[in-house]
Amino acid sequence: MSHRPFPGRRALRWAPVALSVIALVLAGCSPDQYPQTTLRPKGDFAHLVDHVFRTTFVLATVVFVLVEGALLYAMFRFRARPGAPEPEQTHGNTTLEIIWTIIPAAILAVIAVPTVKTIFKTSEKPARPDLQIEVIGHQWWWEFRYPDQKIVTANELHVPVGKTVSLEMTTGDVLHSFWIPQFAAKRDVFPNRYNNIWFKAETTGYFSGQCAEFCGVEHGRMAFRVISETDEQFEKWVGNEAIGSPLNNSGAVTDSELVAHLRVEGDTNARLDSLMIKGRAAFMAGGCIGCHAMVGTPMAGMTALIGPNLSHLGSRTSIAAGTLTLTPENLARWLRNPNEVKEGVLMKLPRPLTEDEIAVLVPYLLAHK
Amino acid sequence: MSDAHAEHLESSTGLDNRKMAIWTFIGSECLFFASLISTYLVYKGKSKIGPLPHETSQCMLHGQMQQCDHIFEIPLVTAGTAVLLFSSFFVVLALYGAQRGNRRMLIGWLSATVLCGLFFVGMQAYEFTHFVHKGLGFTTNLFGSTFFTLTGFHGGHVTMGVIWLSTVLVLAIRGKLPPEKALNLELAALYWHFVDVVWIVIFPVVYLMK
Amino acid sequence: MATTALDHAPAHAHEQSGLWSWITTVDHKRIGILYGATAFLFFLLGGIEALIIRLQLGAPDQKLVSPETYNQLFTMHGTTMIFLGVMPLSAMFFNFMIPLLIGARDVAFPRLNAMSYWVFLFGGLILNLSWLFGAAPNAGWFGYANLTEKQFSPGHNVDVWVVGLQVLGVASLAAAVNFTVTIINMRCKGMRMMRMPMFVWMSFFTQILLLLAFPVITVALIFLMFDRAFGTNFYYPPNGGDPILWQHLFWIFGHPEVYILILPAFGIISEVLPVFSRKPLFGYAAMVFSGAFIAFLGFGVWSHHMFSTGMGPFADAFFSLTTMLIAVPTGVKIFNWIGTIWGGQLQFRTPMLFAIGFIAMFIIGGLSGVMHSSPPADLQQTDTYFVVAHFHYVLFGGSIFALTAGAYYWFPKMFGKLLDEGLGKLHFWLMLIGFNLTFAPMHILGLNGMPRRVYTYPADLNFGFWNLIETVGAFVLGLSQLVFLYNIWRTARRSEAAPADPWNGATLEWSIPSPPQEFNFPELPVVDGRDALWEQKRKAGGPLPEPKHVSGAGIHMPNPSYWPVVAALGVAVTLSGFIVGFPYVNIAGAAVLFLGVFKWAFEPAG
Repeated sequence: MSHRPFPGRRALRWAPVALSVIALVLAGCSPDQYPQTTLRPKGDFAHLVDHVFRTTFVLATVVFVLVEGALLYAMFRFRARPGAPEPEQTHGNTTLEIIWTIIPAAILAVIAVPTVKTIFKTSEKPARPDLQIEVIGHQWWWEFRYPDQKIVTANELHVPVGKTVSLEMTTGDVLHSFWIPQFAAKRDVFPNRYNNIWFKAETTGYFSGQCAEFCGVEHGRMAFRVISETDEQFEKWVGNEAIGSPLNNSGAVTDSELVAHLRVEGDTNARLDSLMIKGRAAFMAGGCIGCHAMVGTPMAGMTALIGPNLSHLGSRTSIAAGTLTLTPENLARWLRNPNEVKEGVLMKLPRPLTEDEIAVLVPYLLAHK
Repeated sequence: MSDAHAEHLESSTGLDNRKMAIWTFIGSECLFFASLISTYLVYKGKSKIGPLPHETSQCMLHGQMQQCDHIFEIPLVTAGTAVLLFSSFFVVLALYGAQRGNRRMLIGWLSATVLCGLFFVGMQAYEFTHFVHKGLGFTTNLFGSTFFTLTGFHGGHVTMGVIWLSTVLVLAIRGKLPPEKALNLELAALYWHFVDVVWIVIFPVVYLMK
Repeated sequence: MATTALDHAPAHAHEQSGLWSWITTVDHKRIGILYGATAFLFFLLGGIEALIIRLQLGAPDQKLVSPETYNQLFTMHGTTMIFLGVMPLSAMFFNFMIPLLIGARDVAFPRLNAMSYWVFLFGGLILNLSWLFGAAPNAGWFGYANLTEKQFSPGHNVDVWVVGLQVLGVASLAAAVNFTVTIINMRCKGMRMMRMPMFVWMSFFTQILLLLAFPVITVALIFLMFDRAFGTNFYYPPNGGDPILWQHLFWIFGHPEVYILILPAFGIISEVLPVFSRKPLFGYAAMVFSGAFIAFLGFGVWSHHMFSTGMGPFADAFFSLTTMLIAVPTGVKIFNWIGTIWGGQLQFRTPMLFAIGFIAMFIIGGLSGVMHSSPPADLQQTDTYFVVAHFHYVLFGGSIFALTAGAYYWFPKMFGKLLDEGLGKLHFWLMLIGFNLTFAPMHILGLNGMPRRVYTYPADLNFGFWNLIETVGAFVLGLSQLVFLYNIWRTARRSEAAPADPWNGATLEWSIPSPPQEFNFPELPVVDGRDALWEQKRKAGGPLPEPKHVSGAGIHMPNPSYWPVVAALGVAVTLSGFIVGFPYVNIAGAAVLFLGVFKWAFEPAG
């Protein structure tokens, strides 16, 4: 083996490059640029989890530095020198074996104690939650029912800030996993069973979540949003959602109530009436009514349909479980050909919609705030 | 140069390779049946409709829901169990005969073993068809699925054993099983004992435990 | 009925060339080469699947492949790498090296050995021919119920997967019986268990894990097959079936499976490090017992794959503690390896580079594993790219690096030529850099919210930068494999023969010619300690003379046979009936199988 001087001096030439790379890496590491990061917990459950994580991470880093360091040192220190005699043929050392069995076991005990404590803490269902929500996973969207408020919605979960929310979760088809990184960890959902998870949001804002258990062709596009808001905003939203809710008087709402609810500043009743009549006709003729509950239609009171309740679609920020932002163009694109946006989606139109129908449906749907 | 015949290697443990192989295989098969039995136990009592093993229930018969009796007929299965247990004893006697070159003992007891095995398989075939007529199919409920899979695979193993033992029997009848080749019967007998032991677990767990 | 395979035809009479000689071979060395070549091709195929995955994920919202194709790609990538890549690459070394390491002429059951290879080949073909029909398995390598039920997976994809795995299971089980008996029963005189080379010990534990774990997945797959083919209720929720049963059965197999993947690698490292450090393995007994403890405890940790399923705090805590416990013997091994090189005279030839690379990468993989062992923390890590990082560090940084070390180390013995050192070093550095570029950022992505098994991701989640780096890294990895292939091709064209003992080895395989003659040893060795060859050289005062080729007359080696192929075909066809759903296929296959087995049993032998 060739005898080289200690490579340290030559390595120093690479220092500026190495430092730039490290800086770049660290910059790319900052959690704040990731909307779905687990490293910026914003809820009490998530803080408990994060604390255990950081303990483990710090210990792992220390072990990493020590052990890799020993390896690197040995590699350089014991390089073969030409003509050197056979090294001492050590077979082992019982004391060392004992030491390096006990010390790792001790380190693990340090992780084990907070781990077990946190397991039990996070497994207890909250005794008196402020809000109960039922979560139902579907291929490939999320249904949320608020039993006390008697509302049903999809893909966007509104919660009041600072209040304990308890989620009872199941699935309507295959396994999924509900995951909001910044508020809570995840729980899988199973058929015929309810799993519980809870959280209390610390701040207001929009937080993203995603399905975290492979559930078929469009598992990758099964996102949802949590909107944490003030009590007033939450109550307003609930009141809005209650109109036409299947859990509220089977969604029965008179036309005039509906128009009054949907009317916005500057709009006329006449225009809205026309929109509703034409839109409803297109909604039924196009076959949407086969899979979607919609206020003002005979299906308003239905739950357990293949598709989400659309009675308040206009108030959501995205469609297709977070795949597209809700804009008129995107909605038209979705209606034109859902399979092109989300291949394999279970939204199979009985027949393609005409452009006229789409032109009527888009404002109709968007008006349903 | 090494003497080829003297090089018939002594194994490291003194046990013949093939005997060790059968024991190894049996070890693996234990996990196979353990998984089937565990599944049976995990799903015990969880069927949504009948027929059920030990109690009356609602079940679908001839196109309509009706009251159905418990489906197990313990006396018949107990007879089959006894026959299987005796067959293990018979094969031990057959092996004893084989190792001592006693042709009558070997063929007599080995034939008895095979007959017992056939009886057991026949008993199971009868039981299965009887159950289907009483409304318990493979797909009817969790009990049907787990029961038929577990006992069916055991029955399949018994059948393989009967074929194996019959082959050895034919060899014995043709005079091709002298004492030096008694191991061939011993291997089959070991497998047969294992199949019997599995049944000794299945019988109480499935048929007797309520 | 069955007789031992020693026969009366003299060794030199066996045909050594031609396709037929390879099809009917029962020579463990040839079977090892068959395993290795086939497995390496499958490994490259799995790598191409990975490259396509990386291209698709290289930027957000891409449409390079459809979601359905993507799901087939990641399913096949995982299934191929585990069952058709790492396992049979390990089998290459079990086959070629174990008889040599224990001083035997062949394995206990040479024809059964051949059958295992052919069944493996047919299983791999079944799985991969599905690509041609657009029906490649698509429910993940772990196939969770109830997605795999006919209701949600109506095509043939899952049937192909079930049948493929069942066929491969037969191969593994047969081989496990074979090697268990071989290791226990065919050691040469003086080779007590505690004098066996470490690769043999680790392989021994691997065989035991195979024997005990594969029946469980066989049962799980039988249940799934019955649900799909007949409508039974094992995983069918409407009739009371519980999908969690699948998870338990699968992971009771699945966790020991990962030890099946890593223990042979541990064994290879324990062979390579002492030779290139010029001192014995540190802590032989500790290494044996830690291996045994890992194998045993490996059956007690399975639900750490299920921490997010809501098993309840007691189950979570139990499996968390057992998982932490298993880190202790693993750590013991790492420290003993460092102890081996400590104070040595380290020669950084290619096998040694890969062995050191293994230790460095495995430490990282092991530490991320420890992080997973805590359920609360794992709730944020499971099903994210953090897990993908973890298992690639232990399976690629671990198993593949070690298998590559073994390949460079044992190549001269197997093929009689040394691989080029310069190209070997290039291979190593490209692989190390490419590997880390690909998988290190996955830790970052996982902790920052990227779930796994997703065919794309939106731009606003900001995952694009690291995904791009990973894609570049994957191509660097691919390049490293091309360098390896080039090295092999160049070496094949060289005429320079390798000596019997190019590395100054410690174990028996280096005492015979490279490559060995059919009967391995002219006279069966007698040993009286570990590292028998070093001991011999010490007594002789220096290197031993180059061993001569001898005629082998009077040594009886088993005759070649084609019944193993026939029986293997029978297994494959019988099980394939469940893909096509045509019972006559099952019956025809069973007939071929019975014919093959009976003819095999009664094949004329001494």
